[in-house]
Amino acid sequence: MEIPYTVKPRPDTGLYNAKVGIWLFLASEVMLFGALFSSYILLRVGAPDGFWPDVATGWPHGLLNIPIGTFNTAVLIASSVTVVMAWAALKAGNFAKFKGFMIFTVICAFSFLGIKSYEYNEKFTHYVVRLKDGSAVTGHFEHEFLHGFLEKANTRRDQKNAELREANAKAKLEGKAPKDLLPHLSNRFLTLDKFGEETVESVKMLVDIPSAFRYPVGTKPPALEESAKGSEHGEHAEPGGHVEKEIKLADVQSIAAFIPSTATFFAIYFTMTALHGLHVLGGALVLGYFAFFGRKMWREEPERLTNRVEVAGLFWHFVDLVWIFLFPVVYLL
Amino acid sequence: MNTSTAHAPAHSTASAHGAGHDHHEPGFWQKYIFSTDHKVIGIQYAITSLLFLFFGFLLMMAMRWQLAYPGKPIPVIGHALQAVLGDDMANNGVMQADLYNVFGAMHGTIMVFLAIVPILFGAFGNYVTPLQIGAPDMAFPRLNMASYHLYFLGGIVMLASFFIPGGAAKSGWTSYSPLATINDPVHVINGQTLWLIGMVLLITSSLLGAVNFITTIIQMRAKGMTWMRLPFFVWAQFVTAFLLLLAFPPLEAAGIMQLVDNLLKTSFFLPSGLVVNGQQLTVSGGGSPLLWQHLFWFLAHPEVYVLILPAMGIVSEVIANNTRKPLWGYKSLVYATLSIGFLAFIVWAHHMYLTGMGTRISTFFQTTTMMISIPSVIILTALFISLWGGSIRFNTPMLFALAFLPMFGIGGLTGLPLGFNASDIILHDSYYVIGHFHYVVAPGTIFGIFAGLYFWYPKATGRWMNETLGKIHFAGSLLFMNLIFAPMFIQGLHGMSRRMYDGGSTYFGSGVGLDQHILDLNINITHAAAGLGIFQLFFIFNFFSSLVWGKRVTSDNPWQATTLDWQTPTPPPHGNFTVEPVAYRGPYEYSVPGAKTDFTPQNQAG
Repeated sequence: MEIPYTVKPRPDTGLYNAKVGIWLFLASEVMLFGALFSSYILLRVGAPDGFWPDVATGWPHGLLNIPIGTFNTAVLIASSVTVVMAWAALKAGNFAKFKGFMIFTVICAFSFLGIKSYEYNEKFTHYVVRLKDGSAVTGHFEHEFLHGFLEKANTRRDQKNAELREANAKAKLEGKAPKDLLPHLSNRFLTLDKFGEETVESVKMLVDIPSAFRYPVGTKPPALEESAKGSEHGEHAEPGGHVEKEIKLADVQSIAAFIPSTATFFAIYFTMTALHGLHVLGGALVLGYFAFFGRKMWREEPERLTNRVEVAGLFWHFVDLVWIFLFPVVYLL
Repeated sequence: MNTSTAHAPAHSTASAHGAGHDHHEPGFWQKYIFSTDHKVIGIQYAITSLLFLFFGFLLMMAMRWQLAYPGKPIPVIGHALQAVLGDDMANNGVMQADLYNVFGAMHGTIMVFLAIVPILFGAFGNYVTPLQIGAPDMAFPRLNMASYHLYFLGGIVMLASFFIPGGAAKSGWTSYSPLATINDPVHVINGQTLWLIGMVLLITSSLLGAVNFITTIIQMRAKGMTWMRLPFFVWAQFVTAFLLLLAFPPLEAAGIMQLVDNLLKTSFFLPSGLVVNGQQLTVSGGGSPLLWQHLFWFLAHPEVYVLILPAMGIVSEVIANNTRKPLWGYKSLVYATLSIGFLAFIVWAHHMYLTGMGTRISTFFQTTTMMISIPSVIILTALFISLWGGSIRFNTPMLFALAFLPMFGIGGLTGLPLGFNASDIILHDSYYVIGHFHYVVAPGTIFGIFAGLYFWYPKATGRWMNETLGKIHFAGSLLFMNLIFAPMFIQGLHGMSRRMYDGGSTYFGSGVGLDQHILDLNINITHAAAGLGIFQLFFIFNFFSSLVWGKRVTSDNPWQATTLDWQTPTPPPHGNFTVEPVAYRGPYEYSVPGAKTDFTPQNQAG
């Protein structure tokens, strides 16, 4: 028994099986990312008025690194061009050329992922401090300061957790529900929602100028930012620069890194880009497999390998196309 | 299977590979577990999903006990449940509210995603579709195997979720946020997490299956098998595959977002200022509970057509065969099915009339909902008219197919008041809704499944199922299905909510006004459900005993059918056909005037 049309196209449809399959699969992928883009629109349009982080639109702007994003877009587009050239090389019967272009494609793919993870890390160590007067500032903490702060906070956490464990053991005997233990704090995912206010009196912060967040309707521009401009550090207080400020923890409502749970914008940004990143990774592995292990099939069934590269290339274009929508939507708009 | 002659020398390696499979007798693992043969995979799906069907039924029986006799220990299994699931779930054998919620959510999930869809699409679709189009196998056999294994894994995850601390998902099969996110704050990995992971596996399985089916139907049709010569069953599978392909991904996206909500504490579906147990939730907020509902129902409405279209396909095959005349209005059936496939995507929000999404949107979805009833009525009408003037053979599959028609009719007609948003305000979330969709799915789809099982059993096994046992099974099922679901309409019209774990006795005497006789119907329904269970024993016994003691079929075409699935050896070998099939005619040439027999197979020349 042999399955027909695995390599040669069926005369009346003009397609071989895998080509029909990949287009159908891409249709379902369109629905997957379509649902996420629709969710993005609905969440953004429905962001409540006067709601942190951005009062005017309910949605933050300018938090992502546009030059790096643009460069990454170029990297991915370049890989889309070379994947076609790799396929064309196979069509022309030149396996060595195919291998060269394909390896370049895979290098592009992993560069993209590398750059993306750098961007992720940048976000994980960038913080927003929400103050009790309703305003908020963004910025970074000095490494040494943060280190000492975390140490103190985690010591305190260990004490609290020990108490909690004891209480939970008691609660179990009485048949009550146990309470959550406090999480370990790291410089990523730092949050001060629940505890830590007493560990230090104030935090030193390198505040972004202008701060990426705006403030409740009717209130004055944030005192922090304003005072920073007039301070002795004023010369650094140009847009894009930083100003070092001391923030009293008594005034702080919460401190949070730019992680998914911090704002719906980050939630959808990380979800969509991570899902896209998984697609890049999967595609890169398949393309890499063809580049490094395709020679045997090339010798035995050249047409079959060419078809496979074509089909994987279609997938690769799709992954590229998703990014071309994703980039303006999350970085620029 | 003309492998040796058909292979051109250019394909020598591939054919040597393929031929190797033909000549070697594969071992147990390769033959039954890691098989790429569509028929073996179909049977794997059938067995697994029938077991899930039975398990889903048992969950329902335990719930029915609680509804009829709230606060009394569940007989037989009550103490076993307490031992396995803990005192929180079944204290002294009495079903607790949490357990009722768990069973309710998992009954829905298991029946829809692990029983009905896999049996219609995975089992019948896999076994019959390639045979009917004259293909040697599916277009992507290894992908087919992967689909089954993902489905199996998804099922395992769902089953495992019963035993983790906190129990399985308990926010209904719809898993509405924020309830699904906040209802188990104690356990980080809770039932809902496993539900979502299980769903992602099941969705991926369905997507791979859908790609495979559509490609197979487009690419693998035998010579002469044009689109309008396809049996209606194949058309039904074709449209079903498109529904799965395009409707499931949004739920996958929603599932990922809810998973992120639960694990990373994001707020995709959590609004600002949400207060739980008197405390404001410490989440960023700004999300939308409506978003989950839209994404969920964007799948879940097409899903009901996934549940019904293949059943209609099966019923059509059985009716054409047993009336010994062509289906009436074959082309109308095809176009009606295609219309359903299209309209199914633009009716979803009729599940959400009461969410406050606005009257204009409600009006739009009310209109499309009324439109989709038109093709459904066309299909049912065509099948009814097909009976006209036929010399009907009342065998077991035909009895189930005949019962399908009025039962589905009741299910469909009772849906109209739910589709109008004015009347839906009263009926929403009541037992009327339960009665409506169970009429469609239980005596509708499940009767279609039974018709198909009795019909193709001789082809798959080479033996007949026992007719007498089959007829007893049919009569009991028809009677008790109606005794279970008809009273639910009455309960619903009296305002009984579908979510109360004590069957509404909270309302009794509190001035809200559920009469005693309405509550007492719960007892009648529970007895009827037990009766239904007893009559299924006839089927289970028949199914297994016929494997050994069933009468052997004397012909490869025991029902004297026209479609290509019957023009193969019994059971069909790997590769299906002994000679390459060619279709010369349409699928239902029964009782052609002047023909020698009252059926003319599709592959008969001249």
